[in-house]
Amino acid sequence: MKLQISSRLAIFALIELAADPQKQVSVSEIGEKYEVSSHHLAKVMHTLGRAGLVRSIRGVGGGYSFSGNARRTTLLDIINLFEVPSSADQNMENEQDTDPAQWALNQVLHEVDDIARATLGSITLSTMLKQMQRHKKATG
Amino acid sequence: MEKQESESDQQITIRRVREDDLDHVVLLDERVTSISKADYWRDIFERYGNRRTDERFFLVAEATGKSEDSPIVGLIVGEVRAWEFGSRPCGWVFAFSVDPESRLLGIGEQLFAAISDEFKAIGLSTMRTMVGRKNQLLMAFFRSEGMTAGPYIQLEKDLDD
Repeated sequence: MKLQISSRLAIFALIELAADPQKQVSVSEIGEKYEVSSHHLAKVMHTLGRAGLVRSIRGVGGGYSFSGNARRTTLLDIINLFEVPSSADQNMENEQDTDPAQWALNQVLHEVDDIARATLGSITLSTMLKQMQRHKKATG
Repeated sequence: MEKQESESDQQITIRRVREDDLDHVVLLDERVTSISKADYWRDIFERYGNRRTDERFFLVAEATGKSEDSPIVGLIVGEVRAWEFGSRPCGWVFAFSVDPESRLLGIGEQLFAAISDEFKAIGLSTMRTMVGRKNQLLMAFFRSEGMTAGPYIQLEKDLDD
């Protein structure tokens, strides 16, 4: 499965902010860390702000802080802000019109998407942070 | 087993199930699933609470304090399974439940940790379970406890096809 760059950036930015909800981080700091343009990241942060996941703090030392619930926000919640349903899902809606081979292929792709969605929908930001801690511990 | 003060004034004890817990277990399950299955839980108790208890674990969370009418606020049941389709011995959890009114108090974590310790104590290094794809709450819990997709995939067939 491939995620769009905006989804990946949003997940990285939220992990960064959710790790310490008191912390304020500027767009350029996150951009430097993940080597992405501040312009692209600013658009992503704007979308996250509208979804209530981050709060913008103006002025000197301003930036963004986390304003969501890390134990309730899943990767799927974040991805859904940036991605449209897959073509397999769209095709399922018109399955009456498709030929049997197309229908069978759509069934397989739908199954793959369904498992991916269930996985992404079960992993919260809090779980991601725990997973990162386990990785750090295991790798020293 | 362990005894801890949760965030409320309930004191939680994780222990093996006893016969006199059965009615409370049935009621707990009914509160969670909206289906009463007394015969099912009697059978589970006979098989997992009474027999081969060195490798079968039926644990309950008992609350003392607030809940005198319904002291059992959680349960987890598991056993050792070995060599199914070549799988080396592992701990298999097939029932897990926490009273909706007692959630977010760490009871699920305590039950999960207790059965993990039981499996570890008999030399196992892996624990598995199965969870409904649409049961995001339970799947999110297991994920938060460090569970990930395992090497097996569950398949099914509609026998009317």
